[in-house]
Order: sequence, then structure tokens, then C-alpha cells
Amino acid sequence: MSEKPQDIKAIPSGNSLWKEGMGRFMHNKLAIFGSVFLFILVLLCVLAPLIAPYSYETQNLSYGSEPPGSSHIMGTDPLGRDLFTRILYGGRVSFSVGLCATAVSVLVGVIWGSFAGWFGGKIDTIMMRMVDIAYAFPFTIFVIILMVFFERSMLLLFAAIGAVEWLTMARIVRAQVMSIKHQEFIDAARGLGLSTHRIIFRHILPNITGPVIIYSTLTIPAVMLLEAFLSFLGLGVQPPASSWGILIREGAETMEEYPWLLVFPGLALSLTLFSLNFIGDALRDALDPRSSRE
Amino acid sequence: MGKFILKRIFLETLPSLLVIITVTFFLIRLAPGGPFSSEKQISAEVLEQLNSHYGMDKPLFAQYFSYLLNICKGDFGPSFKYPGRTVTELISESFPVSLELGLYALIFAILTGILAGVVAALKPGSFMDYFTMSVSMAGICIPAFVLGPLLVLVFSLKFGWVNVSGWNTFSDRILPSITLGMMYVAYIARLTRGGMLETMVQDFIYTARSKGLSETAVIFKHALRGALLPVISFMGPAAAGMISGSFVVETIFSIPGLGRFFVTAAFNRDYTMILGTVIFYAIIIIIFNTLVDIIQTILNPRLRNY
Repeated sequence: MSEKPQDIKAIPSGNSLWKEGMGRFMHNKLAIFGSVFLFILVLLCVLAPLIAPYSYETQNLSYGSEPPGSSHIMGTDPLGRDLFTRILYGGRVSFSVGLCATAVSVLVGVIWGSFAGWFGGKIDTIMMRMVDIAYAFPFTIFVIILMVFFERSMLLLFAAIGAVEWLTMARIVRAQVMSIKHQEFIDAARGLGLSTHRIIFRHILPNITGPVIIYSTLTIPAVMLLEAFLSFLGLGVQPPASSWGILIREGAETMEEYPWLLVFPGLALSLTLFSLNFIGDALRDALDPRSSRE
Repeated sequence: MGKFILKRIFLETLPSLLVIITVTFFLIRLAPGGPFSSEKQISAEVLEQLNSHYGMDKPLFAQYFSYLLNICKGDFGPSFKYPGRTVTELISESFPVSLELGLYALIFAILTGILAGVVAALKPGSFMDYFTMSVSMAGICIPAFVLGPLLVLVFSLKFGWVNVSGWNTFSDRILPSITLGMMYVAYIARLTRGGMLETMVQDFIYTARSKGLSETAVIFKHALRGALLPVISFMGPAAAGMISGSFVVETIFSIPGLGRFFVTAAFNRDYTMILGTVIFYAIIIIIFNTLVDIIQTILNPRLRNY
């Protein structure tokens, strides 16, 4: 007992779930590639006003429909607008819709799922029954109806897409809450007389961040896809703002003569979706030991 | 089994349908605008006549209940956009086309997806695994409205092997089916792979191997049976989505199917057509989910304890 206390740094630190998970994540080459690609693309889009070679709206009819070349690396559209610039600006819209609508769906899904899971019984049955009914609802049609009938705005777009995507999140969160609500630390929190809100937000939710983060990364590509689809129908973002969906639609109209107008926006969208899906899968493999690769 | 199905219909299906009909009905009726608001300027008298012709001058709740009553008789009302045609007619004309396209897409998706999933699961972590899974990921990441035009660009415009659009010869079916099925290939492949990985390490596979069965027989007769359970529960909504028509695919390839109505009805504010397509789609989804539950209980005896 006369030994000097050990140097605290010498004690081997136990690896946390997150640390181990990150280690596994870093081994996944596709996910690393995806993260790097995504980081660069987002950076380019954010910095678009500074680095875009041309102005976003300037039309130059004498340079209309130029194939990719030294002055326009991705060519120009029939109005002479630089495609690379338009893709960067379109990406700003696509990414922000992806993030905001995902945030809406995560917020709604987490609150809905955690309350249903926490209260259980009749409340749970009713709340999850509503989710079941919503699953049978043709949601694409619902979003289209919303976008056609009401004044189109970015806010409605976020709300409409968020309303579609929260269902699965609610189910995942509910299952997680059910599995931890009978553990001792929750009983302890209850014994201390904490309010329901406090228990849910301070003790339960922090313990289910893993699955929520994993599913959120998989929701972002789904949301971006839905936005592109709506814009493709002419129901999403309104001109002069543009998104990748709009660029793809314009490209598809003239693909016979100017194929690059379809190929480059399509590539931007598809590579982004690839990256996000790879990252989401890698996170799931890394953080959820049950579904990891053998 | 009969009791199970009856319970499903009366306690789950009908209430769900009623909620869906009610929400849709009031959502589109309370929204601003109407089916006649986009037309050229029409006089007040004509508008009044149109409204009374379609029964839209009655109170909204009266309209709602008479609509419900009519549905029970199988009458979905007249279309607002196609004068003289009923919604039932329009759906029954266009649905067979979507159904045919959906079946081809379904066959393509199931065969390709299961094969890719099995190949990937044989050697997890190998090059084949990553390669197959990355290619099948393309189905999720290249949306139909990019894939469709690209396929047309390459196979119709460049090589001239198939027509750009239309729905006449068998070759007209190829590109749309691939475009529609590709998204599902990805999911089926991933689910098959996951199911195979779980099944291949179970005891009955060792038993089958030790009986001296060939690896092919082990995989396709024993492992795949168990591995396909998650695929089947995914296939319910997926198959329903495929056969009820896709707006994007049908528009790109000019196919006279049901899918285009989903969007055009909303654009035209064709109230009865919107409700008709929504109800039709919901019924298909519900039928397929019930089918999936039944198939699963047949395949997995452990679920048979109701």
C-alpha cells in the first residue's frame, strides 16, 4: 500500500464503443473514399460564390450548348450558362434540402418513437397504429398533392419530405426505447423523482444516438433522391433556383444533342448518393456489432 | 387461417382504408383551387352548373358520405379531367399495362438480386463481395429518372437496338423493366446477402454438408430457403410499388399505364381521380402485405401460433 499512485496516463484506457467503432469505420475503404469525396463536393458547393468560374444566371447565347472544353469544363446549357457553376449552385440546394428535411424527419421520428416506446400500452398502440396506417399511404402521391395544391416554398418542401421519412425512424427509436426503459439506471432516475421529459431527453435519448445517427445518414440520400424526383417533376425547387433534379430534367430533354447536360448532373447526384450510402453502411457495420461483416 | 384473414380485414385493413380516404378527401377539398379553376375564364353560371353536375354544391360532409357510399358500390365517380369517362374505367384500362411492366421488372429484380446476394455472401469480404454489392448499390444511387434516359441514350440512340419509347413490341418492354427493377435489385441483393450470411453458419447447413450434398444443393435447397425470409417481407411493398405503375418510367418511355395518373391527377386537381388512384394503391399495398404475412407463416412454421 506504500506504492506511489500510478501515473494516470499509464493506465490502459478502455476503448469506448465510439472509439472502436471509428477504428472499424476507418478500415472501410469505400466509406473513407465516400467521406473524402463528399467533403470536397460540399466544400465546393458551399464556396460556390467564391470559386465558381462563371456567374450563376448569366446567359450567353453565343456560347450556347458548348461541349465540355477548356473554357467550360462541363460544357454549357442551351442558354450558354456554365454547367459546372450550375451544378455547384444546384448542389447547395440539394444538400440543404437533404440536411433540413432529414432534420425534420429525425426530430419528428425520435420524439414520436420515444414517447410511444416510453408510455407503452394504449398510447403506444394508438401511436404506432398511426404509423402503420401512414405506411399504407401512397406518400409520393401525398407529397405531390401537397406541392401542387399549396403555395410552393422551400419550407413546405422540407415539411413534406420530412413527413414522409420519419416513419421508419419512429419505429427504430421505439424499439430502442422499449429495450432500455426497464434497465436499472432508468429505474434509478425514476426513483430520484425526475420528470418524464427529463428521463426521456437526458437519460434515454443519449443512449440511442447510435442507431439514430446510422439511420439519419441513410435518410439523407433518400431525402435528396425525393427532392430530385420532385424537382424532376417540376414540383420541387422553383426557378431561377436550381437543384440537381432540375438540371437532370433539363438534361434529359436535350440528351440526344447534348448528352453532357444529362451525364454530369446525373453523376453529381449518383456519386453523392453512393458516398452517403457507403458512409451509412460503414457506420452501421462499425457501431452495430450485430450486423458487422464477418 | 380464415380467422386470421378476417381479423386482418375488419380490424386493420378497413379502418386503415377509411383513414386514408378521409385524410385525402379533406386534404384536397380544403386546399385552395379546384378542378375548374385552371380552365379558361368561365362564367359564374357555367361554374355553378359544373358544380351542381358533379354534386359539388352540396355541403362537404354530405359529399363525403355520398362518396363513401358510392365506393362501397364500386363506383369511384366520373373523372373531372376526362369528360364522359369514369375513374373506374380509366384505372381498369391503364392498370393491366402497369401490371405487365411491373411483373417483368419484378422477375428481373428477383432473379438478379438473389443471384447477386448469393454470390456476394459466398465469400464475405472478398473482392466479389464488394464488387457485387457496389454494382447493386448503383440501383439505389442512380435514380430511375437518370438511369432511364441514360439507357435510352446508349441502347436506343447510339446502338439503335430498341425503340426510344412506346409499348408495342416485346423489345419495348426491356428498357422500362430494367429501369423500374434496378432499384429493387439493390435492396433484394443486400437482404439476400444478409440472410445468407446468417443462415450459412447454422447447424442444419453443416448437417446438409455432412450428408455429402453438393455445395449448389446446400445453397439453393437449404440455405436460400431460410435466407429469403427478410427478402419476402421486403417484396410485399416492393411488388405493390412495381405493379401499380411508376410515373417516371411511364413518362420516360411513353407507356400508357396507371403511374402517370398519380401525378397528372394531382396537377389537374381531378378530385375523383386522385382519390381513386390513392385508394387503388392503398388496396394493392394492403393486399400484398397480407399475402406476405401468409407466405411467411407457410415458410416459417414458428410464426404459426395465432
